[in-house]
Amino acid sequence: MSELALPKIDQTILNRKSEIVKNLSKLTDKENVLSEADELRPYETDALSVYTQTPLAVVLPENTDEVSEILKYCYSENIKVVPRGAGTGLSGGALPLQDAILIGLGKFNKILEIDYENKCVVTQPGVTNLGITHAVQHKGFYYAPDPSSQLACSIGGNVAENSGGVHSLKYGTTTNNILGVQMVMMDGTICRFGGKSFDQEGYDLMGLICGSEGLLGVVTEVTVKILKKPEVVKAALIGFPSIKEGGDAASEIISSGIVPAGMEIMDKALIEATDNFSKAGYPRDAELLLIVELDGTESEVNELIKKVEVICKKNNCSSLKLSNSEKERLSFWAGRKAAFPACGAMAPDYYCMDGSIPRGKLAEALLEIKKLSEKYELPVANCFHAGDGNLHPLIMFDGNDKEQLRKTEEFGSEILKTCVRLGGVITGEHGVGIEKRELMCEMFNDNDIQQQLNIKKSLDEKNLLNPGKVYPILRKCAEEGRVHVHKNKDKFPDLPRF
Amino acid sequence: MSTKIKINSQIFQDSNKVYYPKDEAEVSDLIRELYKQDSPTEIIGNNSKSFIGNKTQSANTTSLSKISGIIDYRPEELYIKVKACTPINEIEEVLSENNQELAFEPIDFGYIKEGKSNKGTIAGYLSCNYAGSRRFKVGSVRDHVLGFKGVNGKGDIIKSGGTVVKNVTGYDLSKLIAGSFGTLVALTEITLKVLPKKDSSKTVIIYPGDFEQIYDFLNKLSSSSSEISGAVFVPEQSKDKDFVIKKNSVFKFNDLKSNFSFLAFRVEGDKISIEEKINNLKKELELNNSDISTLDVYQSEPFWKKVNNLEVFENTEHNLIRMVIPPANGSKLCKYLENNHNYFVDWCGSLFWIEINSKKEEKIKDLKKMAKEFGGYLTVIKTSSEYDYGEAIFTVDKVRLMISEKVKQSFDPKRILNPGKMYRGV
Repeated sequence: MSELALPKIDQTILNRKSEIVKNLSKLTDKENVLSEADELRPYETDALSVYTQTPLAVVLPENTDEVSEILKYCYSENIKVVPRGAGTGLSGGALPLQDAILIGLGKFNKILEIDYENKCVVTQPGVTNLGITHAVQHKGFYYAPDPSSQLACSIGGNVAENSGGVHSLKYGTTTNNILGVQMVMMDGTICRFGGKSFDQEGYDLMGLICGSEGLLGVVTEVTVKILKKPEVVKAALIGFPSIKEGGDAASEIISSGIVPAGMEIMDKALIEATDNFSKAGYPRDAELLLIVELDGTESEVNELIKKVEVICKKNNCSSLKLSNSEKERLSFWAGRKAAFPACGAMAPDYYCMDGSIPRGKLAEALLEIKKLSEKYELPVANCFHAGDGNLHPLIMFDGNDKEQLRKTEEFGSEILKTCVRLGGVITGEHGVGIEKRELMCEMFNDNDIQQQLNIKKSLDEKNLLNPGKVYPILRKCAEEGRVHVHKNKDKFPDLPRF
Repeated sequence: MSTKIKINSQIFQDSNKVYYPKDEAEVSDLIRELYKQDSPTEIIGNNSKSFIGNKTQSANTTSLSKISGIIDYRPEELYIKVKACTPINEIEEVLSENNQELAFEPIDFGYIKEGKSNKGTIAGYLSCNYAGSRRFKVGSVRDHVLGFKGVNGKGDIIKSGGTVVKNVTGYDLSKLIAGSFGTLVALTEITLKVLPKKDSSKTVIIYPGDFEQIYDFLNKLSSSSSEISGAVFVPEQSKDKDFVIKKNSVFKFNDLKSNFSFLAFRVEGDKISIEEKINNLKKELELNNSDISTLDVYQSEPFWKKVNNLEVFENTEHNLIRMVIPPANGSKLCKYLENNHNYFVDWCGSLFWIEINSKKEEKIKDLKKMAKEFGGYLTVIKTSSEYDYGEAIFTVDKVRLMISEKVKQSFDPKRILNPGKMYRGV
């Protein structure tokens, strides 16, 4: 793995560690400040575990005023701060810095209000994504964005990354599903954007914060929209004899006016890998597998399924199976959800890429990836959120072989550049973090990046909040950009990854 | 040679001294020059919504109306990329050929401004971020913007976003641009998410009793799995005869008794599922057939157009307020407004359009106070000729104003673009 460039370490801060720890202990309960080596170890990395750094100290505040006081102190003393939610991010957004305080929001773990009349939940940022749904599901409601790590990832982290999920084509990502946030700026100012009503007037500061990867403020409260669960949800499992026919069918489903709740594609390598791993009963002779999920009222779903069947048959599908029960629907998804661990079982290491492409370019992208796979002599398996164009190629390799590692890095970089060339982007949902920083110039020119840096400067003039993330440090397009998992030791191996 | 003529030698200027840059490069050149000269400019499109917001105090006016035309439309990818001042009508027409639409239902402000349709341009919509009746289901304009290009206050061409729905690469500036009233960038290019049109629609009309019952219905409607895509409440307001006449003529439909207070909700989809949803909702709301009437698709479509054209306030000469509050406080607001001000409620109980037939700005001050107490905000969309701006037409608190100033500074350090259009100092 390439050497990671990080902001210059401020030696004076390192020298003042004991004084800083002492001062932080005055701003929150003493037990909330961690500074011993063994206490800091769990915070050394997030889910991009290939990079580790020991923070100066970790502080776990318990309320917004404490966050404000801590940031005010760090601002006045020029101490860098890295915010962290549940640490499930895949792009290194919560990677600590040696001369920075890591501020963990783990103690913000309460749901503050459930307001059915206004269809919203007011929650602290440390509550998990799924925790929100669990709190309202007995009344038939749910929170729509469903990143695959939803069991563990926190809603505050979701806001930082603008997390999506398999249902984002129909239901949007985090930014489309939150109504308000409370946030503390680097100088300690507490601010509130939005509330329980739609579209707050003036600059959409909530929209700016969502997806800002912890660079503009520390979110201390989130108001999310909740939706009523659809009456009926059904899925279809469809095999195709070629990538082109399956890709065309997916495109045609969209262009025919159907908006599926979810639509996923897996290539042959992944069909085999996941079927071996999870015994999902996938059609192993198929070159491409399409899972289409539809929701709505009974007759609406039946009508849509008929249309999907017609389109798939027209595109020569080799098999087609409809879910007849909730159990069967979940079994369709079981293999797909096991995609990452299945690849982990096939090779010592895998890299997960996260590019977005226009849906219609899928066949082109997969053929290009196949060619690259042959060129680099490394196997690759592909899964694709066909609904919203988010492509996750998984490159399998052996990290102990330095030459394979180098080739994998090149391969991954070429894939992301291919995504951009096809009209897509370098990250659909995992974020830029430290991982794809240097690839930003594949998409943006100096003016674009400068404008973003100007915004950062206007809200964090001393560049103390999560520095070194998202924006290129080297100002050149380095060959970085993947999730590296060694010996299937994903930091959260049990979490399904899409 | 005056500085004006120096710019004018490059870019067309009409007899009213309005600049008409013909492409992005000219917009950039013009703003770069204005930046050098510390000379602010008002930014306009087709002038359909320029009456909204404060009057800008600037020596120049720049019209982006020549930056128009469809760049790339991919129905199968569900996006359309257009030059910023492409008329909404042109976009809707092209989308309609492929049975697609802008799902956020653009409001036609032409009716309140001058009594006739004038939808204006997509840049205008994005700059205001005012969505129509479907908002509570599909999101606002900001939720349908995938990316943009524009020129910041220094003359630099910048872009953000792309054409794909899943994109977390860098700050989401598209959201920031939405509702910024042209104070951050002069837009040159916009990419929008488009969605398939629904096969059909029906609208059910209920004639409810008191406000509690109305809001009980609205709550049940928004809590149902049988999704609705619009719900408005239009009160009787019997004291204002002129309004009653107007209301009755705007909502004159065979199956609607417009002289009563009525609540209307829309169900969209294929014909079978529309019937299924209406039946479900009737049960959930405990309605009998005798309590309701139904507008078929031929009545339903024009009905919602009239709602979104704000036709009951056509040509209004009074102050027209747009107030958004959490729906749980809606019945309280209805009680306050009852027989005092003409109004109707959209977005399933959350959006109030209120006409303040009073010269006294005190009334607006009272309403703004109420909006804040209820956790919402209000904007004076159209001002009467007597309005003296003693009460700000936008709602903002100190902290948000401070942050807005910083954000403005980062895009437009010399306040060249639409200065003061939203807030003083921004």
